[in-house]
Amino acid sequence: MADKRQVKVKVNGVEYEGYAEPRKLLSDFLRDDLELLGTHVGCEHGICGACTILFNGEPIRSCLMFAVQATGAEIMTVEGIAENGKLHPIQEAFNEHHALQCGFCTPGMLITVYHFLKENPNPTEEEAREAVSGVLCRCTGYTQIVEAVMAAAEKMRIAA
Amino acid sequence: MKPTAFEYFTPSTVQEALQLLESQGDEAKIIAGGQSLVAMMNFRAARPEALIDINNIKDLDYIREEEDELVIGALTRERTLEVSPLVKEKCPILAKAITHIGHLPIRFRGTIGGTLVHADPTAEIPITSVALDAKMKIAGPSGERVLNAGEFFLTYLTSAIEENELLVEVRIPTLPPKTTAWSYVDISRRFGDFAIVAVASVLSLDNDGVCKEARIAMGGVAPTPVRAKEAEALLAGQKITDSIIEEAAIKAAESDDVDPDSDYHATAEYRKAMTKVLTQRGLKEAWTNFEGSK
Ligand SMILES: Cc1cc2nc3c(=O)[nH]c(=O)nc-3n(C[C@H](O)[C@H](O)[C@H](O)COP(=O)(O)OP(=O)(O)OC[C@H]3O[C@@H](n4cnc5c(N)ncnc54)[C@H](O)[C@@H]3O)c2cc1C
Ligand code: FES
Ligand code: FES
Repeated sequence: MADKRQVKVKVNGVEYEGYAEPRKLLSDFLRDDLELLGTHVGCEHGICGACTILFNGEPIRSCLMFAVQATGAEIMTVEGIAENGKLHPIQEAFNEHHALQCGFCTPGMLITVYHFLKENPNPTEEEAREAVSGVLCRCTGYTQIVEAVMAAAEKMRIAA
Repeated sequence: MKPTAFEYFTPSTVQEALQLLESQGDEAKIIAGGQSLVAMMNFRAARPEALIDINNIKDLDYIREEEDELVIGALTRERTLEVSPLVKEKCPILAKAITHIGHLPIRFRGTIGGTLVHADPTAEIPITSVALDAKMKIAGPSGERVLNAGEFFLTYLTSAIEENELLVEVRIPTLPPKTTAWSYVDISRRFGDFAIVAVASVLSLDNDGVCKEARIAMGGVAPTPVRAKEAEALLAGQKITDSIIEEAAIKAAESDDVDPDSDYHATAEYRKAMTKVLTQRGLKEAWTNFEGSK
């Protein structure tokens, strides 16, 4: 077993310090060491998107990175989307439009949509569909997810 | 599954990385974006004993123009290339091809060096680099060497990089916009999947629309990306018409170099048939966009 290394990261605005073997995936570090269970792990090879987080503002698969590589980074997980206990407009829209059933894909969906609407506040339905295609949902058939993304975009434009 | 244990190193210069490759021996691997390697490690299809992480070698992350070449550091992310104004202006086919790679989060981490060394014959950047006659600059213990894209890919998932070498730079001849027609077309099962067959076409034209040189690279039809030599020869010196495009597409699919395998994505016959369809579609798209841009 290789020695554990120090890992220092800021997650959702909070500084964390932990120790991890180099082989520990960032997704497992978030879940097992930081006990942030919002980030889901489906496939561990980059396909399903459930583990998507923001890494220095960019969406990445946390299952394809080692925790030791994250030292110094600012991370946002699904737990960081709501503010002061109030759901984010994207979360409200997912709720109102029934954009989840089992909820397994939802953390990856929310993070993906959060980044997408930041980059593209006024998307077409086609663009929204493309954005969420990188996260696999086996329940909803995506129709309501796309509706929720469009509704969230509108809520956010009104609020802005 | 989880990866097996490994030693982890973070060199900050190319020299340090090369020294680590020497001292750690055969079982050491470079990690760049990790988008192919970590997935393979999670499956234990790769079990490196040491990882040499080049993400801290900031000197390997750049895009510049030098005379008639676009010069790109090996650690440049796919996403950075996709949105770079310089790439869009000087080599738009590269930016376009990259939009076909997986999904956004993959492109934010994946690097040009990583996908070239990984050498998947259906991967967008390897195919495009073969169409563009890109040059690969490789650093090793006894100095640097340069390989053409055509010599860089040896076979399925195998590039000419030796275990003690590092790909450091990619040099791509820029495309003059007024005299270049190009396209990148592919077929995949689902949006974001690896291509079943893909074709990158670059036509250099004169002012009368006569093709001076055609460069057509095909992926998914052989263990490496291959050029459609017979089709290229047919097009050279000709005015582009629908009928010559169709003739070229037939020649491309009949080429000896088009020798696909069957796998669970597609049969060999289907890939061969699609080589014709995509070459025709690609040349048409290149020509139509070129005419439309005038
Ligand atoms: C879900 C998913 C979908 C994908 N879809 C596509 C797709 O549609 N098309 C596509 O082209 N790719 C796709 N990819 C792969 C992606 O483009 C990878 O990023 C790329 O193949 C590897 O680049 P990397 O920087 O991540 O390399 P790594 O995974 O870090 O490394 C890959 C290999 O290259 C070696 N290496 C890396 N850099 C160097 C260097 N500078 N010198 C020497 N050796 C080096 C490593 O040792 C390793 O053997 C996909 C990946 C995933 C996970
Ligand atoms: S668990 Fe990371 S993409 Fe599926
Ligand atoms: S809600 Fe079940 S996978 Fe998307």
